[in-house]
Amino acid sequence: MDGLPAIAPAPSTGCDSVLVERGQREVFCGLTGIVWLHRKIQDAFFLVVGSRTCAHLIQSAAGVMIFAEPRFATAIMEEKDLAGLVDANDELDRVVLRLLGRRPEIKLLFLVGSCPSEVIKLDLSRAAQRLSRQMAPNVRVLSYSGSGIETTFTQGEDACLAALVPDMPIAAATAPADLLVVGCLADVVEDQFRRLFAAMGLPKVSFLPPRHAGDLPSVGPNTKMLLAQPFLADTARLLEERGATRIPAPFPFGAEGTTAWLHAAAQAMPVDQSAFNAAVAAPRARAETALARMRPELEGKSIFMFPDSQLEIPLARFLAREMGMQLTEIGTPYLHRQHLAEELAMMPAGVRISEGQDVERQLDRCRAIRPDLTVCGLGLANPLESEGLTTKWSIELLFSPTQGYDQAADLAELFARPLLRRTKLRV
Amino acid sequence: MQLTLWTYEGPPHIGAMRVATAMDGLHYVLHAPQGDTYADLLFTMIERRQKRPPVTYTTFQARDLGGDTADLFKQSARDAYDRFKPQALLVGASCTAELIQDDPGGLARALNLPCPVVAVELPAYQKKENWGAAETFYRLVREFARRPETTPASISCNILGPTALGFRHRDDVREITSLLHRMGISINVTAPMGSSPTDLMRLGDAAFNVVLYPEIAGPAAQFLEKHLGQKATKTVPIGFGATCDFIREVAALAGIDPTPFLEDETAHSPWYARSVDSTYLTGKRVYVFGDATHVIAAARIARDEMGFTVVGMGTYSREQVREVRAAAQAYGLEALITDDYLDVEEAVAALSVELVLGTQMERHISKRLGVPCAMISAPMHVQDFPARYAPQMGFEGANVIFDSWVHPLMMGLEEHLLQMFREDSEFSEAPSHLGHAAAPIRAAEPVLDVQASADVAVLDAPASNEPVWTAEAEKELGKIPFFVRGKARRNTEKYARDAGIARISIETLYEAKAKVGR
Repeated sequence: MDGLPAIAPAPSTGCDSVLVERGQREVFCGLTGIVWLHRKIQDAFFLVVGSRTCAHLIQSAAGVMIFAEPRFATAIMEEKDLAGLVDANDELDRVVLRLLGRRPEIKLLFLVGSCPSEVIKLDLSRAAQRLSRQMAPNVRVLSYSGSGIETTFTQGEDACLAALVPDMPIAAATAPADLLVVGCLADVVEDQFRRLFAAMGLPKVSFLPPRHAGDLPSVGPNTKMLLAQPFLADTARLLEERGATRIPAPFPFGAEGTTAWLHAAAQAMPVDQSAFNAAVAAPRARAETALARMRPELEGKSIFMFPDSQLEIPLARFLAREMGMQLTEIGTPYLHRQHLAEELAMMPAGVRISEGQDVERQLDRCRAIRPDLTVCGLGLANPLESEGLTTKWSIELLFSPTQGYDQAADLAELFARPLLRRTKLRV
Repeated sequence: MQLTLWTYEGPPHIGAMRVATAMDGLHYVLHAPQGDTYADLLFTMIERRQKRPPVTYTTFQARDLGGDTADLFKQSARDAYDRFKPQALLVGASCTAELIQDDPGGLARALNLPCPVVAVELPAYQKKENWGAAETFYRLVREFARRPETTPASISCNILGPTALGFRHRDDVREITSLLHRMGISINVTAPMGSSPTDLMRLGDAAFNVVLYPEIAGPAAQFLEKHLGQKATKTVPIGFGATCDFIREVAALAGIDPTPFLEDETAHSPWYARSVDSTYLTGKRVYVFGDATHVIAAARIARDEMGFTVVGMGTYSREQVREVRAAAQAYGLEALITDDYLDVEEAVAALSVELVLGTQMERHISKRLGVPCAMISAPMHVQDFPARYAPQMGFEGANVIFDSWVHPLMMGLEEHLLQMFREDSEFSEAPSHLGHAAAPIRAAEPVLDVQASADVAVLDAPASNEPVWTAEAEKELGKIPFFVRGKARRNTEKYARDAGIARISIETLYEAKAKVGR
C-alpha cells in the first residue's frame, strides 16, 4: 500500500465542535437538482408540480432558454386547483397526457413534489402509480420531492435516485460480487472511472443513475456500493435495504481522494493490489504533476466556505491536504457523519465546521475573518466581491466535472482562478 | 394546472422584491421556505448589484409546519429590524407561505416595532411579477404619501415606475431626468428607484407625475391623482415621436411652451432613418413581443420611424391586454396574448419574419430560426444590463434603439456579402457571428452539401405530398440572396403545392416568383 493515504478509523477530530445553526438559508431547494439530473438521464422528463416560483427558480438556476424544449417543466398550480374547484389529480393527468403526447421519446417521467404540493398534501406517489399503470409499457412514472421544506439543493438528487431504487432489478444472492457507483457524475468522469475499473480487472461496474432509463442496474446482497457523492443518505439506505453493502471511502476529489476512493472499491471487490497499483499509477502520477503546478497558487491561502452542496467537507479536505490551503470555517447544509467519517478523519485540526445556516451571522463571521477566498452561492458572491472579498461560486463546483485524476487540477484551478484574477485586475 | 416550460414573469413576490431592492430604507420580510432565496441571484448576478436585496426569508421547514411558523416569522421580523434598522418594514408571503395563512401583516404589527409596517398580499396562484411590483408600490404610496401643506409649484414632478431588474430603468431615469431639467422642471421624488419611505411622504409636493412604466406605477399614479389631485403623464417616451408627444404632454401639465424642446441636436435617429443607406430597411417584416409598454412603443417606432412592416405583435402582460389589442388593431393585426413561448415561436416561424423585437426568449427563438433579433423588453438577461449608457427613453433612447435594431440586420447584410464572395479564390471561410447553426448559412449549403441541410429534408421524403426540388432548381435557389431565400423557398413550395406541382424546376421557381411575388 505504498503511498496510499492513511485513513484513521474516524477518531472524531473536528466533528465534536460542529456549530449547528438555524436561520435564513441562502441555499437552493432540491428542485435545482433537475438541472443536472435531466442531462444525465437522457430519456427522462422532470415535471415539477408546483407554483410559478418553482418554474422561475429552475429557469433562473438553469438558464434553460438554450433548449428548444427542455426536458423539464412545471405544472403550475392555480387558484382553482387549490380551491378544490377542479380535482388536482384530473388536472395532473391532463397535463401529463398533453406533455407525453408532445414528447413521445420520453421513457421515464418524474413527478417532482414542491413546497406547495407538499403543503396541500397532493399525493404524487399515488398519482405516479396511477399514471404509470396508464402509460405502461411505454413510460414509467415515478415521483420524489424536491421541496425546500424537506430538501436542500443536492438532496434533490438523493430523492430522485432513491425513487429509482425500488425499480432496480433484483440481483440473485448467488450472483458474483458487483460494484455499483452511486451518484451523478459527468459522463467524461464516469467513462474514466469505467476504464480504471476495467484496468483493475473489474469489467462489470454499474452506475446509478444510468444514462438511459431502461438501463437501471440490478442490486442484491452481493452488490457493493461506492458513493460518488456525499449527499446520498436516502439512496444509500434504500440500497442497503435491498442488500447492498456500502464501501466506506472518502470522495474522489484530488489525487489522494481519488486514489483512496478507488482503493476502497478495489479492496472490497477484491482486486489484487498489484493490479490496482498498475491501473492507477499512470493517471495518479499525471494528477500529482498537474496538482503540483497548481499548488503555488493556493498554498497558504485561507478559505471560508458557505454551505451549499454538501461537497464542502471533501473539497475542503482536498484543498487543505493537497493544496496546502488554510481552512477557516467550512459550512455544510447537512453533515452526514457516517458517510463522511473517512473525510472528517482526514480534516486538519482546528477547522470550524458549521451545519445548517443563519446567513447573517455567518456573513458576520466571514467578514471578521476576511479569508483570501470565500466559496459561496450566487446570491452572495457579488455583494462580497464588492466588499473586497474574493469569491468562488459554489454552484460551478457541482456543475463542472471535478472528480477523478484527470479533473483534479481542473478542480484546483476553479479555486485558483478568482485569486489569479484578483492579482491581474488593475481596476 | 398550467403546463409551463418557461415563464416570462416570476411570481408576484419577485415584483415586490424589485420595488424593495430599488428603494433605500425599506426591508422586506418574506415568509418563505428554503429555496426561495434563489431570487437574490436575479439581482446580484443578472443585474450585478453590489448589495444583497434587502430581504429576510423566514426559511421554514416541513417540521415547522406542525409547530409554530408564526413564531418563526415574528422572530425573523424582529431580527431583521434589529439588524437593518429600516425606516419601514414590508412584510408578505411567498406562494407556500400563502397556503399556511400565517398573516404576516398582523404578526408584524403585533410586534410593535418602532417603524411602520406595510403588508402586501400578493396572490401567488393568480398574479405575476409585474402585478406584484405594481401592488407593492401602490401599497407603499398609499401608506406614506401625504397631502402637501402648500400648493406645489407647477413646475415640479415625480418620476414613477423605475425598479430594480427593469429593462434599462437606470438609464431611462437618467435620460428623462435630464430632459425634464432641460425643460426647467424640477424632480421632486423618483420612486421606487432611489427613494426611501421618507421620500414617499413628500410625493404630494409635486404638481404632477411622470409615469415611465405603467405596468408598475399605474395603480400608484391613479391613487395619487384621485387623492392628491396629481395628474399623470400617459405617453411613454420611447421612440422619437413618442418623446415629442411626451414633451408636449409634460409641457401642458407644467404650463410651458414645448416648442424649444422638440428640436434637439442630439436626436440623430430621424435623420439616420431618412438617410438613403437606410433604404434597405423598407418594409422589413418585424415581429414584436414583450411587455405591453415596450411592445406598443416598439411597434410605433418600427412602422413610423424605421419604415418596417409590423407583421405580428403580442404581449405576456395580462394586465395591459386591452392596450396592446387596441394598438395591434391600428396595424391591422390581432395581438397574441400568451405566456407560452412556443406560441411566440410558432407565430414567428409562420410569418416569414425578417427581424424579431423581443425578450431574451425571443432572442433564443430567433437564434433557432436564424432570424435577426433585438431586445426591447424584460425578462432580463445579464446581456440586457450593458455597462455603457443605453437608455430606451428620450432622444438618446431613440438613437440607441435605432442602432440596436439596425445592427442585427447590418450584420445580416455582411453575411450576404460573405455569401456572394465565398466562391472567389481570395475568400477564406471566416467564422460567422451568427454561427454555422444559423439558417442563413445553412440555407446556402444545399448547393455544396445537400446532406448538411435540414431544409432539404424534403428531398429524402418523397413519400409525403410535399413538392420535391430538382437539383437545378435547388442550385438556382442558392443564387438568391440568403435573406430572401427562405421566403423564396416557402413561397415556391406553397405555389407548387397549390398548383399540384410535384417537382420544382427552375421554371417553377420563377413562375412562383411572378405569381406570388414578395
